[in-house]
Amino acid sequence: MARPRKKRNKEIFALGNEAVVEGALLAGCTFYGGYPITPSSEIMEIMAQRLPLIPNGSFIQMEDEIAGLGSVIGASLAGRKAMTATSGPGFSLMQEHLGYGCITETPLVIVNVMRGGPSTGLPTSPAQGDVQQARWGTHGDHSIIVLSASNVQECLDNTIEAFNLAEKYRTPVILLIDEITAHTREKIIIPNPDEYEVFNRIVPTMPPEWYKPYEETVRGVPPMPAIGSGYRFHVTGLTHDTNGFPTSRPDEVRELNERLFRKIDQFLHDVQLVDEVDTEDAEIVVIAYGTVARSAELAVKQARDLGVKAGLLKLSTLFPYPRKATERIMAKANTLVVPEMNMGQISREVKRVNNGQVSVRTINKVDGQIITPAEILKVLTRV
Amino acid sequence: MVDMKGTQLIHEYLRHNKKFPHVFCAGCGHGIVLGSLIRAIHGLGLKKDEVCVVAGIGCSGRLAAYVDFNTVHTTHGRALTFATGIKMAKPGMHVIVVMGDGDSMAIGGNHLIHAARRNIGVTALILNNNIYGMTGGQCSPTTPSGSFSMTTPLGQMEQSFDCVELCTAAKANYVARGTVFHVKKLDKMIMEGISNPGFGVVEILTPCHTQYGRKNKYKTPVDMYKMLKKDVIDIERYNKLSEADKAAKTPAGVFVQKDESGLEEKFYEMAARCQGGV
Amino acid sequence: MSVKRKGNSTVTIFPDWCKGCGICAAFCPAKVMELNDQGKAVVLREEECINCGFCELHCPDFAIMVRPKVNDEIPAVCRAVLEKAARKPKTAASDGAAEKAGSGKQKG
Repeated sequence: MARPRKKRNKEIFALGNEAVVEGALLAGCTFYGGYPITPSSEIMEIMAQRLPLIPNGSFIQMEDEIAGLGSVIGASLAGRKAMTATSGPGFSLMQEHLGYGCITETPLVIVNVMRGGPSTGLPTSPAQGDVQQARWGTHGDHSIIVLSASNVQECLDNTIEAFNLAEKYRTPVILLIDEITAHTREKIIIPNPDEYEVFNRIVPTMPPEWYKPYEETVRGVPPMPAIGSGYRFHVTGLTHDTNGFPTSRPDEVRELNERLFRKIDQFLHDVQLVDEVDTEDAEIVVIAYGTVARSAELAVKQARDLGVKAGLLKLSTLFPYPRKATERIMAKANTLVVPEMNMGQISREVKRVNNGQVSVRTINKVDGQIITPAEILKVLTRV
Repeated sequence: MVDMKGTQLIHEYLRHNKKFPHVFCAGCGHGIVLGSLIRAIHGLGLKKDEVCVVAGIGCSGRLAAYVDFNTVHTTHGRALTFATGIKMAKPGMHVIVVMGDGDSMAIGGNHLIHAARRNIGVTALILNNNIYGMTGGQCSPTTPSGSFSMTTPLGQMEQSFDCVELCTAAKANYVARGTVFHVKKLDKMIMEGISNPGFGVVEILTPCHTQYGRKNKYKTPVDMYKMLKKDVIDIERYNKLSEADKAAKTPAGVFVQKDESGLEEKFYEMAARCQGGV
Repeated sequence: MSVKRKGNSTVTIFPDWCKGCGICAAFCPAKVMELNDQGKAVVLREEECINCGFCELHCPDFAIMVRPKVNDEIPAVCRAVLEKAARKPKTAASDGAAEKAGSGKQKG
């Protein structure tokens, strides 16, 4: 009897933006609504071609980014896995609906391909200036998950991860990539169906009359039925009680707001994704994300060749900030180096965790150019 | 439920775990619209699960919470964008959008004209009370020239939007104007708006005596309903009037009725063809 | 039930829901209801009601119910029992009826 041959992985030569689409479709995304903007437009263009070809797939180009995210939330409420992609100026417009997604606990994925800012800025150059905006852009205290990707393969993997986290925790998830990764074309491996996990939304299974849309559960995440599935309930952007109706009673308001944080905070080990390179004996560790992490990886290797005990902590999850991983690194290292294409947005988080224990050096660059391995190496060897 | 009529029928469709009477002021027409909407849905024989009411922000936005359908209370002016997403994701759902005049034509003006242009199969009920009621009586895009509000203490100097002309120009499939005084006609318009394919707009003149009336010589809600009775006339009668007489009257009725299929129908038809490999 | 004849309908107002806007009182063609001293609508001349349905359609608070007088929803057997109970003196039902009559309602 012939042994079943293991199916070979499909390999493609793809842009970062194409990889995002591949990842989204593998994760089960069937809805895209958005507005074109450089440098994220390829995601939308490819979605426009691909979605009509899959069962139930739907695509719509809206009149602006506000409408784009609005349609995504609508589709998600109707039971679809939905996403949109944008860049800085569009991301600013989306902040209104991002908050709506948070308070109504609507799973959705926003891919923000970061370009130079503020305002129209540098449409075709990379930056990492939207990091704190992704965390705190929408008004009101809220919890959110922000991921990043440093190469084209990670664009695919982390898009799948973004969908899974969004569905698992009923929250908007933002994937930050930058112009360089989005427009880099390289070989990536499309995983076979048994090589990745897809998390599907938990729906209520009780009789509809007993369903309370925002009731406390063990995980803090209430089950979510699709519109039209027999569970009729009220969705509102106002602070609501467990029935979903607007309330201003302090006890109910507190309960909702605290649960919105708790549902993510009690599963940090599941949400905070990091990669460590040569950190076991590292005395100096680079903390990097996005394309800069790629430069850092080479710089660390070159530093090792020169006899410097260097390591890399690559952040896939930016928020909630991986505090545990950073503290683990700090236990051994005496210097942290944080290179980023902004004036210090993640280094702010690193310094908060560090609280003066070890030395933190930052490398900041805001000229629309990538931080090169040589620039990082210079700091690693000088320390 | 089949034999029910009148108020008994409406009570059947209200959410029994919501506190009544509703939040609207005494004499506010929004409650009448709510009744009309319920009768229209019942008249069409739609199941509660097949109906999704999407509302914006403002007085009209509060309407959604009271009915026992799938209801979504969205952000200011963007109700149509959510509705577009819901309709594209679930084309079988009857999506009804309830918006105010400021909601739909000021902050949401762009979404309104584009929803009309792309002919998405949702029905928009625009509750036009010529004022921002919930925020305390500021002027809206439909506040008539010369009338007073909190932000036009010297009288409105800007022109006002004509919702019907705006939506007609934006190529909506169904455009009608009704009032909360002429309720039976309104019931019919909402039924037609829902059953007509593509984008339907029903502008509903509903008085706000609390914020608009008291600053514009309508002392009681009844005065405002008398004004609707006197000034709003059928489109056929309106067309026969002289130009001078037209100025004082507002035409009501069905202005546009086309049966072009909605965007979602076109999209899924094309998608089916692509998937079938034709 | 759209027979427009006087005296065939009962008009119920739910005072808890009535906000006293006065639309029903102002526009009722038969002047069936008026606003009382608390500003709420009350039925004064039920026998004049022609069942046009205006008040039901225009009450923004769903606080008025106009129904035909013969209530078909109550089976004949139960109705007979109810009527019998109503005829007996000194029961809760007859007390209620007396109170209503006292408040100025004249049944046709």
